[in-house]
Amino acid sequence: MLYINSVRQEHRNEEDMIQFTNVSKRYPGGFEALKNISVSLQPSEMVFLTGHSGAGKSTLLKLIAYIEKASNGQVVVNGKNLARMKRRGIPFYRRNIGFVFQNHRLLMDRTVFDNVALPLVITSDYPQKEIGRRVRAALDKVGLLAKEKKYPIMLSSGEQQRVGIARAVVNKPPLLLADEPTGNLDPELSREIMLLFEQFSQVGVTLLIASHDLALIRRLQHRMLTLSKGYLVGDGVAN
Amino acid sequence: MARRAMSKHGPVRRNRQLNPQRSDKSDRRSHDKAGRRPSVIVRFGAYFTRHLQMMLYSLGKISATPFSSIMTISVIGIALALPAGLYVVLDNLQGISSQWQTTAQVSLFLKKELDRGETERLIEQLRSKPEISDVTYISPDEALAEFRRISGFGDALNTLDHNPLPPVLVVHPAIGQGNAAAVSRLVDELRTLPAVDIAELDMGWIKRFFAIMAIGKRIVFVLGALLALAVLLIIGNTIRLGLQNRRDEIEIMKLIGATDAFIRRPFLYSGIWYGFFGGIVGWLIVHGSLWIVRAPVSQLAILYESQYVLSGMNMASSLALLAISSLLGLFGSRFTVGRHLKEVEPV
Repeated sequence: MLYINSVRQEHRNEEDMIQFTNVSKRYPGGFEALKNISVSLQPSEMVFLTGHSGAGKSTLLKLIAYIEKASNGQVVVNGKNLARMKRRGIPFYRRNIGFVFQNHRLLMDRTVFDNVALPLVITSDYPQKEIGRRVRAALDKVGLLAKEKKYPIMLSSGEQQRVGIARAVVNKPPLLLADEPTGNLDPELSREIMLLFEQFSQVGVTLLIASHDLALIRRLQHRMLTLSKGYLVGDGVAN
Repeated sequence: MARRAMSKHGPVRRNRQLNPQRSDKSDRRSHDKAGRRPSVIVRFGAYFTRHLQMMLYSLGKISATPFSSIMTISVIGIALALPAGLYVVLDNLQGISSQWQTTAQVSLFLKKELDRGETERLIEQLRSKPEISDVTYISPDEALAEFRRISGFGDALNTLDHNPLPPVLVVHPAIGQGNAAAVSRLVDELRTLPAVDIAELDMGWIKRFFAIMAIGKRIVFVLGALLALAVLLIIGNTIRLGLQNRRDEIEIMKLIGATDAFIRRPFLYSGIWYGFFGGIVGWLIVHGSLWIVRAPVSQLAILYESQYVLSGMNMASSLALLAISSLLGLFGSRFTVGRHLKEVEPV
């Protein structure tokens, strides 16, 4: 059993943001989506995750988000061993992760402001004024400050995606997971989104971005993990 | 650990808005600008604000679908109006019967052959008894006149060649009303007097009336319990539909780290609102019905020479109705949400 990934085991280290050690995921029914994955991401790293459909990209993100549990091996995120996670602890764990989805998953019956405010509203930690301040800061960052009172349906798909990104970063999570964030966007908009992600990386956010837009990834020159049929078959700067 | 890694990386280029601030102790906490945990007062204020927002938000959700909300609320109101209405009916009957209760009396139908002197002696004898407070004499002529007046058989009575009615002594016992055994002992004693033909306790039918009332109370209780269960199920079902419609929203909430308690809260408030408005509708139905029967009831009261006025639900029972209906709403939705929330997991 000599896979490329088993070599990386040696690099295990306590300071990783994300650390997979011999992780496998078998779904009920027997389908093995991930096979013996070992990989680690450093804080403020920006990493792309590629591979064909069904290669295991989504499953890998789901393991980190604790939507799925690993069948074998150990997943440690931000110093937390997910195998020891209790049900009660899941919401508090997820508050440290920002999610960006391909279909952005905004709440259509609420304004842009309310959508972005959601991660702050679910805690009781922020007084109303503070929420307003942070939401506007996040909207400003994605260039949508003027649209805070609009409903998502009134925005273009690029703008909707940016609202989704504002929501993901409004509570300043140390880790951002993005699943095909540019899947529905034209190349120009895709590049804008990626530039935004690079800015987050520069201020210390760890990003893991699943994408199959290889042309775009190659231009950006970041670390790229390649999955194929559940195996990690490539890890290095794309070229 | 990652946090240590951050500090080792040193002061990375900071962006005020997007730099993730880390805590030393727990990642559960959020911090103000200076990195301190918000004070208890701030957190309590925010928590309170959040509840108020949630209350109004769920109220807004209910009014956003007025037709189906009104349907649900009406069904709840009708279900609540039945036991509440029966309660009001029983309450009124109890009010009427308490007037009768103070007038419990024993009628002694005397033998007809008794002459005036013997009757006088009997009255004196009875008045001297400590367990009797008063004795009233009704002569056969008085009795006939009263019967003629009340019954309306005046013409038929005129055909009689003599008065068939016996003289009657109405005895008012001095014994307290609660002491039914003492009253019936007195009746037994009076019955053995040689001058007395029949001794009848007017309490007899009042007792039967109270027995029927007791049954009525039980029926209200059973009906109330069944309909409360119905209200629970109606609200539970309404909330379940709401949960299904907002499945996607719940998944997103779970993904961004909302606790179950937070996700539950708007549904619980919706349940309380449904129950509360259902209670108001129930109250209106009860009082509307009372208003409808008020005129015929006072007509009936006049026939009985009474000033009786129907009483509705007083402040205490009205508030109790609203409190019970709101609680039913809370429990109905809590039960449903508790059961279904675990099924909705992000995928």
